[in-house]
Amino acid sequence: MTELLIRNACVIDPINGIRGETMDILIRDARIVESVSGRAEVIDAAGCLTLPGGIDSHTHICGTKVNFGRYMMPEDMRAGRTARQGGMHATSGYSVPTTFGNSYRYSAMGYTTVLEGAMAPLEARHTHEEFSATPLQDTMANTLFDGNWAVMEAVKENDVKRAAAIVGWTLSAVKGFAIKLTNPGGTEAWGWGKNVECIHDPVPHFEVSPIEIVTALVRANELLHLPHSVHLHCNRLGVPGNAWCTVDTFRHIPDLNPERQSLYATHVQFHAYGGSSWKDICSRADLVARAVNDRPQIVMDMGQVMFGKTTTMTADGPMEFNLYRLHHNKWSNHDVELETGSGIIPVYYSRKSTVNCVMWAVGLELALLTRSPWQCLLATDNPNGAPFVKYPEIIGLLMSRKYRDAELATLHPEAERRIALPAIDRELDWNEIAVMTRAGQAKALGLLPLGKGHLGPGAAADLAIYPVRIGEIDPSAEYRRVIEGFRQTLYTVKRGRVVSREGRVVVEGDNSTIWVKPRISEEYDMGRDPEFAKKFARYYTVRMGNYPVQEAYIRRSICIETEAEL
Amino acid sequence: MFPTIHRDVVCTFCGCLCDDLEVTVEGGRIRGVDNACELGAHKFTTEGRLKAPIRRRGGVWGEETYTAAIERAAEILLDADRPLLYGWSGTCGEAQSVGVQLAEILGGVIDATTSVCHGTSILAIQEVGHPGCTLGQVKNRADVILYWGCNPIEAHPRHMSRYTTYTDGFFLGNSHRDRTVIVVDIRRTDTAQVADEFIKIKPGGDYAVLSALRAMVRGKDDMIPPTVSGVSRQQLRRVAAICKSAQYGALFFGMGLTQTGGKYKNIRNAIELVDELNRHTKFTLTPMRGHFNVYGFNEVCTWMTGYPFAVDFSRGIAWYNPGETSAVDLLARRECDACLVVASDPAAHLPRSAVAHLADIPLVQLDPYPNATTAFAEIQIPVAVTGIDAEGTAYRMDGVPIRTRKILDLGYPDDRTVLQQMLERIREAKGR
Repeated sequence: MTELLIRNACVIDPINGIRGETMDILIRDARIVESVSGRAEVIDAAGCLTLPGGIDSHTHICGTKVNFGRYMMPEDMRAGRTARQGGMHATSGYSVPTTFGNSYRYSAMGYTTVLEGAMAPLEARHTHEEFSATPLQDTMANTLFDGNWAVMEAVKENDVKRAAAIVGWTLSAVKGFAIKLTNPGGTEAWGWGKNVECIHDPVPHFEVSPIEIVTALVRANELLHLPHSVHLHCNRLGVPGNAWCTVDTFRHIPDLNPERQSLYATHVQFHAYGGSSWKDICSRADLVARAVNDRPQIVMDMGQVMFGKTTTMTADGPMEFNLYRLHHNKWSNHDVELETGSGIIPVYYSRKSTVNCVMWAVGLELALLTRSPWQCLLATDNPNGAPFVKYPEIIGLLMSRKYRDAELATLHPEAERRIALPAIDRELDWNEIAVMTRAGQAKALGLLPLGKGHLGPGAAADLAIYPVRIGEIDPSAEYRRVIEGFRQTLYTVKRGRVVSREGRVVVEGDNSTIWVKPRISEEYDMGRDPEFAKKFARYYTVRMGNYPVQEAYIRRSICIETEAEL
Repeated sequence: MFPTIHRDVVCTFCGCLCDDLEVTVEGGRIRGVDNACELGAHKFTTEGRLKAPIRRRGGVWGEETYTAAIERAAEILLDADRPLLYGWSGTCGEAQSVGVQLAEILGGVIDATTSVCHGTSILAIQEVGHPGCTLGQVKNRADVILYWGCNPIEAHPRHMSRYTTYTDGFFLGNSHRDRTVIVVDIRRTDTAQVADEFIKIKPGGDYAVLSALRAMVRGKDDMIPPTVSGVSRQQLRRVAAICKSAQYGALFFGMGLTQTGGKYKNIRNAIELVDELNRHTKFTLTPMRGHFNVYGFNEVCTWMTGYPFAVDFSRGIAWYNPGETSAVDLLARRECDACLVVASDPAAHLPRSAVAHLADIPLVQLDPYPNATTAFAEIQIPVAVTGIDAEGTAYRMDGVPIRTRKILDLGYPDDRTVLQQMLERIREAKGR
């Protein structure tokens, strides 16, 4: 039995309505409890901001394309190297660090749970292997269905139950967490070097449209009773004028679940542009934020862009090729049979580029124009918009108009006419930041039942203690202190153990992988479906028996079983 | 005793990782292998394993216990100032991962057979990227297949029947007739015999031929001379046109391109040709990886250290500079003072100068079978064969990870277990 007593913490816990109260937090056996014995280890957190452990609901840290990002970029690896130290492994990399680099840096920032944004089912084993070398965070993986042939065939037949059955079988087989759709239909079209324009374009050869895939899977998701909603990377990413495509997508989403959203739209910054070309691109964050404000069934994350060097990587293969043609640096592409695609290129977001300045502003506008922080979460689509180590700066920008003005003064002069940011006065408060970085993320991901995202009795003892005294700091004026405070915790506690202290990892860590297993009736069990098996055998290059990820790959398994209505 | 038939067994011979083998086991021995090629079947039926670890003292071999052999191996590595940990392509990712941790704690250098096969491909990828795909994309879509500097009929015997030329795909109902196969090589190989188009180039002419094709794809064929490295302009024009008008093209390349004059620049040129073709159609490129899990080493080493091969931990950080930190260079400079060889046979494959140094330094080998390197070893520790009597992860040439099976239990420890024990002893000795 391990016990921990954290004294005099200044707690913000939005789920339990606690807004800066000084209190003790008591932990026994990895759970928050109401009393501990006198033998408990004591941490003095006097006055320090104490939050539930940070959750990143959309990041790219493990898997085939992340690793290929490292593989193709020794220059990025040289940009962030640390030596082996105590129990810490050597790390490399800035925008795509090694698994240990990711894990240590997230932990130093108080993050205890992360969701890998895109996992190709066929290559899921790779993601799980890397998860096992990401010791300090609980991990889970969105599973790609955007170009899944079997799903598209079911959608074409208007058979939502069969689509749900295919999704359920696949998620169980690959130990995935949620349905991810990246440029639905577009990645299949990219198999022929093509793309789809927006949500009503037909997918070549499959006679379905992107919106048919999205809406069918939104319904299928609820039939399976999955903890998270459909997780969507909209069509037309990064294209001037795409805000209308995004809003049109939102219009089609039904409100099906009273507990949470029915659609999680990711890195919406990349999907909220006006104009008709790179010459007249402008922000239409207003349009998108209004659509979200009107619809409780939508939650989004910002996908904030920050200036500097990074690497873009996504299952949206055609988008990456187009971006490569603009940047002319290097380009990798990896299409996965019957399922999805991907692309990787390095980028530099420059203050000298009007387009990049607009992108920077759009993310902030989305967060500031969305009324409820529960509907716009903080993320950079790491590393696409920026590496996650930039989160403290984003918090500073959201909390301080003064900081935004200082940054706006450094932008390309043309940018100001194309954005609304200079006219927005809103400054977020500590509670809203706590929602956007943990409570809202836990709710959107459906992790509240696991005790994530809050600090009430029974909650998982994942928390972060920052050297920030919220009563003594005016974030509006002293944004530098806010940024410094969020860069490194005094203590990060994971499953009731201190895992890092002032940025140094103190235990080996022992992460869990959270995955879902919907229970499906025999009639809809794809493992016994002759048609499914026949097509699998004919078109995949691995045998169906070798496709599922074995339990051996999961270090500590948290399996969420659901009863599917099938 | 009745025979047991294991289905969907994964072949751990080459980078194809065929996973549809049927292996018959009877009385603790493999009696038959179906669906495998001759190379794969041979691997499953080879005999002649060592019974226990062996150690050479004063020129005489004697048997050791595993505990003593592992102890001595750890001592050798601990005594060294610049140990080299080499090989890794014939074992699973789990063992490779322990290997990287060993190199890290020892401050040693870890390198794989990659550095003498597709290391050049990696250098090119690090300059210009890699437009690739899984093999099923090729199987289902590709109407044009190019094999450049490789001879799959002999080296990857099921490649054409499982993934390309002879297999039907979703969009190709009649594979052989629907696909055009182009082979580029310096001699008419068996693969060239079955090609629709054979481009015979003079040795060392790859770079020029790739450049000519790139120019033609860009519409600048008027600047191409009548012949390029022995290939007529007329043929190049024809091939460029086939590639441009493909619905989906797939270029596979082997050591005939990676290890000839020009080395990584050849691959860079090939990647840029594929990149150029993507402006007209869809085209991908895939290295024909040799050992079944050489790509796995690159993957494991990358997520752990940031680099795919040739990583030097002597500075505490991961330092990568092929040419300085790659095995051949390190050995040829007589720089390393001990070597751990795992799942490979450097004595049979590295240049003479490198092998000469291997003979002069303490060498520990982990391998199921004795091979040419054993002649130089102080200790050989026999281990289980991944895919036969040990399981673990392997990465196919296209990056698809597959779990290899354990179909026999012959009592040998697997690589991961032996390496982990070495790591524990070294950790103890170093007090961490």
